[in-house]
Amino acid sequence: MKTNTPEIIYDKDGNPHEIVDFNDDYTASKLGFWLFLFTELMLFGAMFLVFAFFFYKMPDDFQTASGNLNILLGGLNTFILLLSTYFMGIALIHLREKDIDKCKKSIYITIALAFVFLVIKYIEWSIEINHGIYPDSEILNSKSNGEILFFGLYFTMTGFHGIHIIAGIALMIWVLILINKKIVNNKKYVILENISLYWDLVHLVWVFLFPLFYIIGLGG
Amino acid sequence: MSEKTTSFYDETHTVFGHHHNKLLQWIFSIDHKRIAILYIIVMLCFFVLAISIGLTMRLELFFPGEQILTPDRYNQAFTLHGTIMIFLFVVPGIPAVFGNFLLPLLIGARDVSFPRLNLLSWWFYLIGCMVALVSLFIGPGFADTGWTFYAPYSVKTETNVIFALTAAYILGLSSILTGINFVVTVHRLRAPGMNFFKMPLFVWGLYSTAWIQILATPVVGITLILVIIEKTLGIGIFDPSKGGDPILYQHLFWIYSHPAVYLMILPAFGVVSEILPTFCRRTIFGYRSIAISSALIAIIGYLVWGHHLFTSGMSEWTKIIFSFLTFFVSIPTGIKFFDWVATMYKASIVFKTPMLWVVGTIITFAIGGLTGITLVTLGVNIHLHDTYFVVAHFHYTIFGGVVFMLFAAMHYWYPKFIGKMYDEAKAKIAFYLIFIGFNTLWFPMFFAGALGMPRRYFDYLPEFTIYHQIAGVGAVITVSGILFMLYTLISGIKKGERCGANPWNASTLEWQIDSPPPLENFKNIPYVDFEPYEYEKGEPKHNLYNKIKGVQNEN
Ligand code: HEM
Ligand SMILES: [Cu+2]
Repeated sequence: MKTNTPEIIYDKDGNPHEIVDFNDDYTASKLGFWLFLFTELMLFGAMFLVFAFFFYKMPDDFQTASGNLNILLGGLNTFILLLSTYFMGIALIHLREKDIDKCKKSIYITIALAFVFLVIKYIEWSIEINHGIYPDSEILNSKSNGEILFFGLYFTMTGFHGIHIIAGIALMIWVLILINKKIVNNKKYVILENISLYWDLVHLVWVFLFPLFYIIGLGG
Repeated sequence: MSEKTTSFYDETHTVFGHHHNKLLQWIFSIDHKRIAILYIIVMLCFFVLAISIGLTMRLELFFPGEQILTPDRYNQAFTLHGTIMIFLFVVPGIPAVFGNFLLPLLIGARDVSFPRLNLLSWWFYLIGCMVALVSLFIGPGFADTGWTFYAPYSVKTETNVIFALTAAYILGLSSILTGINFVVTVHRLRAPGMNFFKMPLFVWGLYSTAWIQILATPVVGITLILVIIEKTLGIGIFDPSKGGDPILYQHLFWIYSHPAVYLMILPAFGVVSEILPTFCRRTIFGYRSIAISSALIAIIGYLVWGHHLFTSGMSEWTKIIFSFLTFFVSIPTGIKFFDWVATMYKASIVFKTPMLWVVGTIITFAIGGLTGITLVTLGVNIHLHDTYFVVAHFHYTIFGGVVFMLFAAMHYWYPKFIGKMYDEAKAKIAFYLIFIGFNTLWFPMFFAGALGMPRRYFDYLPEFTIYHQIAGVGAVITVSGILFMLYTLISGIKKGERCGANPWNASTLEWQIDSPPPLENFKNIPYVDFEPYEYEKGEPKHNLYNKIKGVQNEN
């Protein structure tokens, strides 16, 4: 770790001005990551827009289709993600307080919860696929247009979200390695901070996916 | 100052620390200047490839009927030509090459905020290019959908659409990462004292562009992926037989691709704003209005995508609103033009090659822009939609605007990149060849289009023959001009005369350090208490060369 004193230049009046070291700029790392999350938001936003468009066109079909989903499993997953976000936050606090062991433990728990999420997702998808409901299947194609689109969007969007969960797990394993190598520590924790922000986004997206796909069916 | 200077060509940082192998030193370098050069090499190769495809199409069209291309091959040809030109060349073009090289220099920084990410962007770019290339050779060949990949055809066709889309997606990712890098760099690494209104105008152009990259590219990214999913899984979003909506694709596509037009043109405008004050030897007229109009164009550019869909079925009111909004984009664009013309008015202009390119562009881009206004007028659009009028219009704007400005930039910053001068006389000849050839090539097409010659057709009625033949001659002149220009520039690397730090007597920061710049650019970062384009009696007001190089401090 570099602990260089910052480079200073002086203007005409002799006032000092600090020069930002591009190799070690905490603010830049945060700002950059926020912008990246913004692009993710645009990406999911576009899909939500597509969902809204078709939902507006065929609300009844969407409700019928939504009734087929297992709201218990979906709800359980919502809870699991919420819990995992909590542990991710705790991990960061522990790191800042130099409690490396507890920090790593919290990350392990987060990873475990992420796996549980994926397993439940897997069970849900298998149930639907066993019922013959998957994109372009005969059974699905025989249903109404709105139901076809609902399930098309359901598999696409939860699939995308699932990929983000997997990426999150990979990132957490990476940060564990960095913590072991002491590259991430109580003074330099921006990587863990960013990953935790990312995990917040993954969780936030799910919080929108859940009511859209699972809860609208309750009304019907 | 007889000390031997080491430039960034002599030493570099790589991802893995130090390498002795010269090639690895290049492809793993995290120096923004080397990355810029990596980009331009790949980009020019693809440009030449796409040009030859364009020429092939022109030869096919020289006589009515089938000459050298079958109809299917023709469809693949214009798709490949368009895809390379747009996604591989013009969209990344100026930001990736000149943005990368110059952004840190212009704002007084030693590199971009994320040098490694910068290299990763280039890798993504290269992978995207490779994926596109590969799809030429496997299976039924390159996509035949046009570069817009309109559903439902793109979902139905047997050709390698999935490859082309994947390539476009990866290129988009690369462009997003560059955008993020630039926004953060501008916010964090401006030299002390340089507030937003002391930034050179090219930086404003890059900054606005970067925001469009961040906000718009993800939307087209997901759209392209939806087409891939549609093709492989059949989810039905774009398939009317399942309740889907093919027009939805057009909306999603143009939400990105209309801003993308500005993504191409804003950096080009930035280049004009750099070159003009240098060769007019005076401050640019209306600095603030040019800067703000870049931001305005970026914002308004967002709201007007609908004008590509006038014939696709929209309510009359929506059409009128989109048409009306589109006219608004021409206001900030017009402001820029008037500022440029005012800068040139009664200035003692030095007509070196970069300046010739700027003047040439102002003419061609004005023609492109005015015909654009014709096109967004509702009634006229219905008549001209998908005719050669459109093809001529966008070649005038994209080729005559963006690519010409890229050429201008290639000449203007040549001494900074290479440390030597190209042959001025030859470069001028190349300019005249291309300019004359270009107008011969595309001007007749306005008439052909207005008379009803549809675009994307490999054959035509005999009465259009004369237009296509004039265009054919123009194409040959243009292509020879481009090859001659590239030859001139490349031979300058070996034969050119050494030039000093500031051969044009320009005022911005990149000219205040050695050419080519050393690794990490600035020994001493300056305090910026001056405006970017201050001239006094035709000379730059500030000469910071020794101060920034650190000569005084050494002694
Ligand atoms: C010597 C140079 C060029 C020649 C001879 C040429 C020729 C052509 C021709 C014949 C077409 C097909 C028109 C049709 O059948 O509809 C075309 C389309 C196109 N060109 Fe060029 N072109 C040249 C340069 C450029 C440049 C520099 C760009 C962009 C930077 C460009 C971008 C495009 C695009 C986007 C299309 C539309 C493709 C599509 O319809 O999908 N061209 N060009
Ligand atoms: Cu447009």
